[in-house]
Amino acid sequence: MTITNSSLHQEEHFRNDLGEIIQETSALTWRLFIQLIRRPSTLFAGILQPLIWLLLFAALFSKAPIDFLPGSSSYGEFLGAGLIVFTAFSGALNAGLPVMFDREFGFLNRLLVAPLSSRSSIVISSVIYITTISLMQSFAIMATSALLGYGWPSFGGFLLIAITLLLLIFAITGLSLGLAFILPGHIELIAIIFIANLPVLFASTALAPISFMPKWLGWIASINPLTFAIEPIRMAYNNSVDMKLVLINAPYGELNGYSCLVILFILTVGLFFLIRPLLNRKLA
Amino acid sequence: MFFIQLKDLFKSYGSVRALNGLNLKVPKGSLYGLLGPNGAGKSTALRIICTLLQPDSGDVQVAGKNALLEEKETRRRLGYVAQDVAIDKILTGRELLQLQGDLYHLNKNFKKKRIDELIQRLEMKEWIDRRCGSFSGGMKRRLDLASGLLHEPELLILDEPTVGLDIESRSVIWALLKELRNNETTILLSSHYLEEVDELADEMAIIDKGKVIASGKPEDLKSELGGDRVTLRVREFSNSLEAESVRKLIKNINGVSNVVINKKQGYSLNFLVSSNDVISSLSDHLSQENFEVFALSHSRPSLDDVYLQATGKTLMDAELELAGKRDFKLENKKSMR
Repeated sequence: MTITNSSLHQEEHFRNDLGEIIQETSALTWRLFIQLIRRPSTLFAGILQPLIWLLLFAALFSKAPIDFLPGSSSYGEFLGAGLIVFTAFSGALNAGLPVMFDREFGFLNRLLVAPLSSRSSIVISSVIYITTISLMQSFAIMATSALLGYGWPSFGGFLLIAITLLLLIFAITGLSLGLAFILPGHIELIAIIFIANLPVLFASTALAPISFMPKWLGWIASINPLTFAIEPIRMAYNNSVDMKLVLINAPYGELNGYSCLVILFILTVGLFFLIRPLLNRKLA
Repeated sequence: MFFIQLKDLFKSYGSVRALNGLNLKVPKGSLYGLLGPNGAGKSTALRIICTLLQPDSGDVQVAGKNALLEEKETRRRLGYVAQDVAIDKILTGRELLQLQGDLYHLNKNFKKKRIDELIQRLEMKEWIDRRCGSFSGGMKRRLDLASGLLHEPELLILDEPTVGLDIESRSVIWALLKELRNNETTILLSSHYLEEVDELADEMAIIDKGKVIASGKPEDLKSELGGDRVTLRVREFSNSLEAESVRKLIKNINGVSNVVINKKQGYSLNFLVSSNDVISSLSDHLSQENFEVFALSHSRPSLDDVYLQATGKTLMDAELELAGKRDFKLENKKSMR
């Protein structure tokens, strides 16, 4: 095979571009981590809040009839999966805040005046940062659950948890970044985060199974993305991982582990395509 | 050769027209000043050159290339120091410069060398390793300038670089700008400080209501006025009728030209005189028509006189007039992506 000058040139150009993208993305990601190291309160708050919930709710419903909690031996065990997902969800929902502050304080303009190889670096760095933080927070909840005696998943289960959380985090991070570019300021973004957080949790299977809910709430819970993340994780804690097992008895039908992951995947890809034109326009 | 050429630039924010057919040519290697009150359209023009904004219509050439199409190439060539200093309060000054270096893809050794050079040149050594949140306005501005210069740009764009600065910081920045100009860096600087443009600029343009109303070398613009500037008041607080009568009287005196009534300053009259003899002739004419001279000042023309001549008001009056009309919500929207 003959390699032409043109293809060599293209390859070199691609390598340079890739090197530049890595340089700018790592610098932007490192900036976010420096902020976290010097202001770790948000990290700890993100861990503490679900931990308090875990302790209080597990105690509050410790005498709840076990029959209502499919596959769980205690309410604390049932609650653990919900709070792991809730932690990841809350963390990812905050992804837009650093971008919003950069917009408001003009720092984004500094980035946009620079000859970035790809302006996706700005988004990618946020995604890397939020994914790392959300996973750290979720694993902290998992570790505490284990210490409280609510179990620890097998290796396969752990892998399933990681994949499920990643899909959820990507989807919600995309949504939050989209909001950060649509909304006029951080007050509005915080208001949406504040409004969305608890209702989305309560309208999922985090705190109670669908069979425990009134019909209308059961419907909402069975289309809530959190439910599609919670149930595979609950399975990872309760049984050996069997993706064909029916996890959700929704009013519209039964969903197994595969269905849950496929729905989360479609949600992630769908949100990505939805916000892409917006990001292209705002970062153009 | 012109490094920047703007042709028929128009830009509106809703119903507010920020640029109204702006034309500008900035020679390569010069320090070019844009003078005008806040809201005149200076920042909008600079943001368009920096590729932060798209004009509604018009042409933008930077280094002979279409900046609206070749954005990345344009960004590589320029350094931008914005009006509102945008720094990350959590980072130290040095970390901010390192980040900036990575955004411009500088290699490790060059980045370190340039950061050290700029720390020394802008006298930042004492505080560069402190967090930016603790910096004074002057420190932030110096750091911002260092960021803009880190990649050794051919073009440096500064939007009001010394607003609200202490004398020390202003003098450090002025000295560096003069040095850069001598090293053939093209500098485009917007300001509403007359003395700043007068002191630094090789050439300048006065912008009012989104277009250039006068341009050239500061000395030429002043000398084009054709004589010394006189401000006359026939009463402490005159009125339009009286001012108009005086204007009609003195505009016919030999050696008097460009008579302008300045409403904002108690209907005083501003005009040019070709020589000192005209002043005594002026007093005679006024007394013949029973006008008294309440105050009369006589000075070499300044850039403020150039502005006054072009717009009928001083720069400060224009600032005050616009201050009440400023829409901070709109300005915030303008600066946000």
